[in-house]
Amino acid sequence: MASISEEIKNHGKHDDHHDDHHHEEHFVSKYIFSQDHKMIGKQFLITAVFMGVIAMLLSILFRLQLAWPGESFETLSFFLGEKWAPEGVLSEDMYLGLVTIHGTIMVFFLLTGGLSGTFSNLLIPLQLGARDMASGFLNMLSYWFFFLSSVLMVVSMFVHTGPAMAGWTIYPPLSALPQAISGSGLGMTLWLFSMAIFIAGSLLGSLNYIVTVFNLRTVGMKMTRMPLTIWAFFVTAILGVLSFPVLLSAALLLIMDRMAGTSFYLSDIIVQGEMLTNHGGSVLLFEHLFWFLGHPEVYIVLLPALGLSSEIIATNSRKPIFGYRAMIASILAIGFLSFIVWGHHMFVTGMNPFLGSVFVFTTLLIAIPSAIKVFNYLTTLWRGSIIFTPAMLFAIALVSTFITGGVTGIILADSALDIAIHDTYFVVAHFHIVMGMSAVFGMFAGVYHWFPKMYGKMLNTRLGYVHFWLTLIGAYGVFFPMHFVGIAGAPRRYYNYSVYEEFDTNSLDMMMDLNVIITGFAIMAALAQLIFLFNFFYSIYRGPKAPQNPWNSTTLEWTTPVEHIHGNWPGDLPTVHRWPYDYSKPGSDVDFIPQNVPLAEGEEEH
Amino acid sequence: MESKLIVLLVIILGVIAIAQLVRVYELVSKLRDKKEHEITYRDNQLNAKLMLAFMFIQSGGLIYLMLKYGWTGRGIAASVEGIETDWLLNLNFVIVLFIFFITNALLFFFSYKYVKKPGVKAFYYPHNNKLEIIWTVVPAVVLAVIIVLGLNLWGDLTAESPKNARVIELYAKQFDWTARYAGENNKLGKFDYKLTLGTNELGLVTKETIDSALVDMIEGPTGINSIKDRLNNEKLVFNDSVISAMNVTLSRKERLARLLTQMKKHHNAKNDIDVWDDIIQKDTLYLCVDEPLEIKLRSRDIIHSAYFPHFRAQINCVPGIQTRMKFTPNITTKEMRKKMNNNKFNFILMCNKICGGAHYKMKMMVVVLNKKEFSKWWKNKQKDTFKNKYFGSSGA
Repeated sequence: MASISEEIKNHGKHDDHHDDHHHEEHFVSKYIFSQDHKMIGKQFLITAVFMGVIAMLLSILFRLQLAWPGESFETLSFFLGEKWAPEGVLSEDMYLGLVTIHGTIMVFFLLTGGLSGTFSNLLIPLQLGARDMASGFLNMLSYWFFFLSSVLMVVSMFVHTGPAMAGWTIYPPLSALPQAISGSGLGMTLWLFSMAIFIAGSLLGSLNYIVTVFNLRTVGMKMTRMPLTIWAFFVTAILGVLSFPVLLSAALLLIMDRMAGTSFYLSDIIVQGEMLTNHGGSVLLFEHLFWFLGHPEVYIVLLPALGLSSEIIATNSRKPIFGYRAMIASILAIGFLSFIVWGHHMFVTGMNPFLGSVFVFTTLLIAIPSAIKVFNYLTTLWRGSIIFTPAMLFAIALVSTFITGGVTGIILADSALDIAIHDTYFVVAHFHIVMGMSAVFGMFAGVYHWFPKMYGKMLNTRLGYVHFWLTLIGAYGVFFPMHFVGIAGAPRRYYNYSVYEEFDTNSLDMMMDLNVIITGFAIMAALAQLIFLFNFFYSIYRGPKAPQNPWNSTTLEWTTPVEHIHGNWPGDLPTVHRWPYDYSKPGSDVDFIPQNVPLAEGEEEH
Repeated sequence: MESKLIVLLVIILGVIAIAQLVRVYELVSKLRDKKEHEITYRDNQLNAKLMLAFMFIQSGGLIYLMLKYGWTGRGIAASVEGIETDWLLNLNFVIVLFIFFITNALLFFFSYKYVKKPGVKAFYYPHNNKLEIIWTVVPAVVLAVIIVLGLNLWGDLTAESPKNARVIELYAKQFDWTARYAGENNKLGKFDYKLTLGTNELGLVTKETIDSALVDMIEGPTGINSIKDRLNNEKLVFNDSVISAMNVTLSRKERLARLLTQMKKHHNAKNDIDVWDDIIQKDTLYLCVDEPLEIKLRSRDIIHSAYFPHFRAQINCVPGIQTRMKFTPNITTKEMRKKMNNNKFNFILMCNKICGGAHYKMKMMVVVLNKKEFSKWWKNKQKDTFKNKYFGSSGA
């Protein structure tokens, strides 16, 4: 390893002499099969944004059905055609298909690929002072696996039996038996293969991140001088390496059950009049395997967002992040605990109740490091000198949704209470706020903050403000009312609530009122994203040129030239002398001291 | 078609309009020498004020929703266990709402208060161990209370039923529910999915049902013999894929027939009485008020979930295993109608685990009767035991 990094360093020095014309790379190796971490980060971002737009559109389609069941919409027949939306009314099966693919894309493709993929790639080498990732080639492969799996997932929406329809958790036997629902045919096969490839790509990426953090830190960059972003990406990568293979095994066993006649998950089943001989398999096995990934996955999505926001909040409060070491300890504690809480998804599955009580205990423990993080954010803002860049706004919104979604988690983690609200809209509201919104806000914050680093251009701030406020109000407008739909007892994944007509029309009226409000806000929030898309693509080409360090930040990425070069720094790699949060340090004239500035005489490290 | 063109046109014009606005903005910025990364005093103040406004919008919005839609969307709890659940649920809501209001308000208030002001430097404050210990310990103590109360209730909810509990089985399949009441001896008879037939929908195990399942498997209209006949019939011509499909079905059925033969050999008819006195009930589940229930659940095909929103009870129905739950309804349907102020109100059992296209329609009405009404209904049901139905329907 040492020799490789030495080589890279020498390569960097060599560049120094003629870095103006050295980088005439071929189009293919520069933009397509690039091995440069900055380009790969951008590839992840663009692919994820594309997938995110699809998933958002799907959500609008099924929200139309939920707010106005049975009404004819030209939008639906336009996107879904006569087969899945006959006369503009969404079909029952396709409703489930939309819900499933919406969830899958959002969780895996936007928030895992898009968030960790984009920012780990961009920031790990830049903030650590490395020329590139440990293995540029594996890094490239990780993107292309991601791309391939994205393509397969999109293709699965166009097969004649429809996409996977068993929910994003794809519990068998529903997902194993094409007789049970049409989406469990070819659509499910493609889903499984897409996810298998996705996991392979994610593993390559994660291993690379871990190795890079361990080995390629520049001189002086001790682990305890790393920005919290890096700590978050690092722990995220470890979570990914330990948990994604378990999902892969769950998927492989399911593939075997579907194609090779095994009975890992199947037992004593009669479906559509056909008596199967499978015996002895256990559905609970699948649920355990799935959630062994599924819960760390929440933190795979959340931690990078929290890392990005730590950096952004400190920078724009012009204050050090409060309790840097406590923040690291919280990240590590959350990472560790996230592996022993998966059973809280399974309180009502028939799992042994004693096991349930163990998971109640471990799950509620996670609230402690989460609370520490929240209080530390609050104290960072306290007596700061806050500058409201769009990134800062999104980072603050992230803290808000993290609290709002976090506190309802306390109720859901309590197994006795979970019985009453499990699989209702209360759960949907909870995880959309705490995981969906927080992670999306973190992602937006990251894009607004590091756009100058990615593209060398500035995003339009005013459009950023409009985008932010509409998105924030939209998010709460959608998910606050949704809690009340859930408390009223409405089950999730219901095509419509006509069943209520037979037992409680008052409850139905209330739910329909709320559903219309929710859909209204959802459409508003979706339209607000068009502002972002416009700003994003317009600014790539037409945005004003970015200065080298637009936010007066201390971390190393802002010491690189605005124009991207291979190897990141034209001369020697920078040397690190201090932690990354020397903002408004007493005794200094400027309100920030970059990490590569040596300690002044008599100055103490924080 | 025309309307689509118009929509497309509007979108294109909209994008162009925004682009032009942005251009104007950029030119103005250039004239004033304003850089995009320098946030102006005005912008900062505006966002700070919006942050404060949002604090009120957020908490006001939530309070409005609470007052208008409240906790009672599904009414008061109608079971002994549900009352306890609701009590703890409300306590937890008080705690988390308190945390929610305090922390969110602080967040937005700080954002407003500490916006950049000319000449004011941020306060360098990297850490404070005392503070950090306080906000580690306080949440830990609160959580300890929540955990203890929660686990206590969880223990109660999942404990064994009292001996006198009425035993009922709920059988789920795409897309309906069937209930089976244990008969006079309050014991449910055994079941095996391989015995499932039109006359024995729940696959109950008796000497007679094993016999008829075996006969059906071998001689029935789609049984082994009929498949063999079709395969060997020279007048019928099938293509290869149909033949291989038929062979697969044949070997599957032969395997099942062998298993049934085994079952027949080992069957002990002594316990058949447990099956014969069971009572199978569709469409509506009748329960007796204040009577503890022990409910066993299973599924014919895929995972379903038995969800009684008003009794605050829920558990999955899983193919291959039996799950259980218990509760004691303590309000009759009639009383509940009065309390809900809705004379058409009913209790319900819904499916709450995605199970296919018609998932949302899978339900069973539930009626809670008072003791007198229930014993009358129960007495009347005695003529419908499985035994009577089975031999009645098979014409024996």
